[in-house]
Amino acid sequence: MSVADVPPTEASREALAQLLLGIADDEFVIGFWDSEWTGIAPMLEEDVATSSISQDEIGHARALYELLAELTGDDADAIAFGREPDAYRHAALMNHPRTDWAFTIARRYLYEIADAVRLEALARSSYAPLAQLAAKMRREERYHLMHLDTWLRRLAADDNGTERLAAALRGLWTDALAIFAPIADEALLVQRGELPEPMAALRARWLEQVTPVMAELGLPGPTPEDLSAGIDDGRTRRTDDFRWLHGEFTMVAASERGATW
Amino acid sequence: MVAAADPRQAVIWAALDEIPDPEIPAISVVELGVIGGFSFEPNGQGGERLTVDLLPTFVGCPAIDMMRHQVGERLRGLQLADEVDVRLSFVVPWTSDRISPEGREKLRASGFAPPAPILVGAPSVPDGELLTMASVVTCPYCGSRNTTLENPFGPTLCRAIYHCANCRQPFEQFKAV
Repeated sequence: MSVADVPPTEASREALAQLLLGIADDEFVIGFWDSEWTGIAPMLEEDVATSSISQDEIGHARALYELLAELTGDDADAIAFGREPDAYRHAALMNHPRTDWAFTIARRYLYEIADAVRLEALARSSYAPLAQLAAKMRREERYHLMHLDTWLRRLAADDNGTERLAAALRGLWTDALAIFAPIADEALLVQRGELPEPMAALRARWLEQVTPVMAELGLPGPTPEDLSAGIDDGRTRRTDDFRWLHGEFTMVAASERGATW
Repeated sequence: MVAAADPRQAVIWAALDEIPDPEIPAISVVELGVIGGFSFEPNGQGGERLTVDLLPTFVGCPAIDMMRHQVGERLRGLQLADEVDVRLSFVVPWTSDRISPEGREKLRASGFAPPAPILVGAPSVPDGELLTMASVVTCPYCGSRNTTLENPFGPTLCRAIYHCANCRQPFEQFKAV
């Protein structure tokens, strides 16, 4: 099915906007959380790496906000910095603070695999601007994934690291599954090929990839309760931790609304 | 695209070739391969618009706004069209294979190892198993291949950090992407 077969409607445009907003907010918020490691990462090389990865993610968010702005006639900066915390649509996985290094690596590993699965699908989107951007982003993201895979295995190589990773992962599975929370009118997006596969199919592929790695490293995978937990509010639930971060990243924009330089 | 016979084409390429990359000034934006192309079209007000496609090396490259500004200013100065529009484009993804042979040599001469060619899949996404950054990188100072990757992430998004065991010199590589 392609765009040509099913004409756009008000509902399909709104669904596409929701899809773009969710992905953009995921990248934006994880980019800001992890940028907090700049200067205090476990080693100098990691200061550079985390900062660079965070800068990539915020850059991806910017490009996605601009796609969204073209679609809705809004301003990309206003979307990024002008909303109240409750209007952000990142997955609950990004509600948590950076916590310790193992937490950051555990969260980020789950996210990187999800992002890779999502981008692989979106590179086949019938919405050409999104397919083109996704193809470009994938080339950068493979560096992130390789880096996070290295760190996960490195931390899991001793008991202390394994315990810390396990503690982080146990509380993260439902929030990570929220990355694939269904969106309103998703069927329309799939029908039009803008989202080439339903979120449920992407979720299944993500689980196929992350679960064996957890088993291999002796880390806790998702429990049956995690897998059956409701995630309909997975992109709308917000926390005080996120409200704090929102205050940080909107501080400059809020000090002089509409300012330019 | 501009017809080959249009004499303005050569003038534009020559002008663009004088604009340095803001982060690695040894190489021009043309040698870097970030100029996707340009075209002349009626601007709807009886004049002509020159539209240039700029391909970001990395989606989040913070130098892209400066490049866009410099390309626009330089082309407006040529007065070849009534309007100049420089737009960011992902229609063709920038890959490190777009860096010209001259650009690669200039990178090497200024202490940057040029990116290894991407042998798989370009311009589609290369196979994740075949990371070109894992290949041996030649030291731009002494030519030794006895080098190790120190960090796949460097001082800018597009650079990785290596160390040469032969001349004991750290150096940077323009990332293969």
